[in-house]
Amino acid sequence: MFKRLREFNEQTVTVNIEGEDVRVPLGETVAAAVLVHNLGYTRTTPISGAPRAPLCMMGVCFECLMEIDGLPNTQACQVQVAEGMKIRRQQGVGGSDA
Amino acid sequence: MPKTYQLVVIGAGPGGLCAAITAASLGLDVVVLDEQPSPGGQIYRGISQTPDDRSALLGADYQRGADLVAAFKASGAQYWPQTTVWSLNSRREIGILRQGRASIIQAERVIVASGAMERPVPFLGWTLPGVMNAGAAQILLKTAGVVPAQGTVIAGTGPLPLLVAWQYLRAGVKVKAVLELSPGTNLWRAAPYLPGALVAGDYISRGLKYTLDLNKGGVPIYYGVSRLQARGNDRIEAVEYGWDILGSDRRETIITDSLLVHFGVIPRTNLTKAAGCQHIWDRGQQCWRPQVDRWGNTNVPGIAVIGDNAGIGGARSAEHSGRLAALEAARSWHLISTQQRDRQAHNDLKWLRKDLRVRPFLEALYRLPDSLLVPPDDEILVCRCEEISAGQIRQAVREEHGDPNQVKFYLRCGMGPCQGRQCAPAVAQIVAAENKRPVADYTTFRVRPPIRTLTIAQLANLESSES
Ligand SMILES: Cc1cc2nc3c(=O)[nH]c(=O)nc-3n(C[C@H](O)[C@@H](O)[C@H](O)COP(=O)(O)OP(=O)(O)OC[C@H]3O[C@@H](n4cnc5c(N)ncnc54)[C@H](O)[C@@H]3O)c2cc1C
Ligand code: FES
Repeated sequence: MFKRLREFNEQTVTVNIEGEDVRVPLGETVAAAVLVHNLGYTRTTPISGAPRAPLCMMGVCFECLMEIDGLPNTQACQVQVAEGMKIRRQQGVGGSDA
Repeated sequence: MPKTYQLVVIGAGPGGLCAAITAASLGLDVVVLDEQPSPGGQIYRGISQTPDDRSALLGADYQRGADLVAAFKASGAQYWPQTTVWSLNSRREIGILRQGRASIIQAERVIVASGAMERPVPFLGWTLPGVMNAGAAQILLKTAGVVPAQGTVIAGTGPLPLLVAWQYLRAGVKVKAVLELSPGTNLWRAAPYLPGALVAGDYISRGLKYTLDLNKGGVPIYYGVSRLQARGNDRIEAVEYGWDILGSDRRETIITDSLLVHFGVIPRTNLTKAAGCQHIWDRGQQCWRPQVDRWGNTNVPGIAVIGDNAGIGGARSAEHSGRLAALEAARSWHLISTQQRDRQAHNDLKWLRKDLRVRPFLEALYRLPDSLLVPPDDEILVCRCEEISAGQIRQAVREEHGDPNQVKFYLRCGMGPCQGRQCAPAVAQIVAAENKRPVADYTTFRVRPPIRTLTIAQLANLESSES
């Protein structure tokens, strides 16, 4: 579980994480936002369905692949939150039910 | 025809920024590309956005980045943030992705400064959610002030675990333990290099300060740990660690929902490999790196590599190597003569040599034992994407798939989304160990662009922009 060191007084946006509206600071990455939201895992593997969560936060592990605004295979650690953004876990290869 | 730029610098870390500042001051047209939203690279991540209180707790070393970024902003170099390079070839055509649009630009000269990544070391349970790289957790701290909510355990080798633990201590984050996994005997191997390391700067005294502060803060540090495992079902619930020395096998468990690991950093070589640059095995750094001369030149004309991308030297060395590559670029267009280049390079070469003197000490002190380089247990997942275990890879090697690229095609190991970034080093180590040959005899996976997946729509757009 992760938390913010202090409650933000910066500008915020509202994103939707797995169906829930959440207020997050502008400029934060989607990966940071879902970690603080305690989403637990961000994707499941296509082979065994094992849950995975961000490992590197710098774009080299691809464990943070999520479905962001309907686009599967998006690296949550490389995308910043935006107003109204829809964020979902990626199940398996992703995009199958999109 | 793609648009042509005189000098393209890939990466806005300390290396790339210094290269750009110097090149711009010598009259070159410079464009700096970086996938991050703001300049600074890994060490100075988010420096221009970080609130003062957070910046203060990160330490003086971090704050140094602010001056560098200010100098860069005043330099006249163009800066394209949030621009990902997805391909580079020997003709210096660069595939970029910017605001969701893919395109190709042409550079007359390229300085690759894409830095390093944390060395992937597969161990039992490393795929469980809640296990994260320590540098990754530090990125969360630097850029978002986000920290483990219920404390954490930090395990691995190198200076970074100490630094992150120290930063957490200052931020009031509970560090349940620091587990140091380099063998105790490393200390004796490193000792002869200590005098040189002391000449290099305040590296050693800073490390000691972090350790003392952690002791004072009540953070336990355990040395010489030789076993590490993350336990849990759908996420980590506990860390098991222990020592296997002289027949004893002591095991300890810490209940935790967060484990941060770090085993040093290695150059990010996917771009330089795609471009056809020659790579060599570096015995001290225990990794492959592009082969470069003192100006960063590679075997590919017009492509230079600098900073940690060319071999791990740290942020200060990255700055020097960036300036040296910029001088060489200016010389190549006859903006300065060879004599002028050499004269202006004098100080950077001198400081670079001095700064690098800490490396043999650090490399010996934090040298990874075979038990970390070659995943010992067959059940350890090596390829996280395709879920291939060390046992499967060993089996494949025994069945005559005796080279990393053969293993890749036989098992699909390294063919998932990360394109082998996380498994390539361990696969090469397993292959070498099974064949009882030095790992330097092998190369890691071949790299084919795109090094970052593009959507069909992005590719389609790319074609229309070129025709
Ligand atoms: C996660 C992490 C944390 C670290 N933290 C510290 C620290 O706190 N203190 C310390 O002394 N050292 C730290 N280091 C070591 C680090 O390598 C520094 O020595 C220093 O940042 C190296 O500078 P550089 O300019 O060579 O590369 P970097 O600072 O790594 O900069 C490289 C830049 O290139 C960009 N880039 C890479 N690939 C692409 C691409 N394909 N397209 C576009 N842009 C790209 C990156 O976004 C990055 O901004 C850390 C390393 C890592 C991996
Ligand atoms: S967390 Fe590794 S790629 Fe995003």
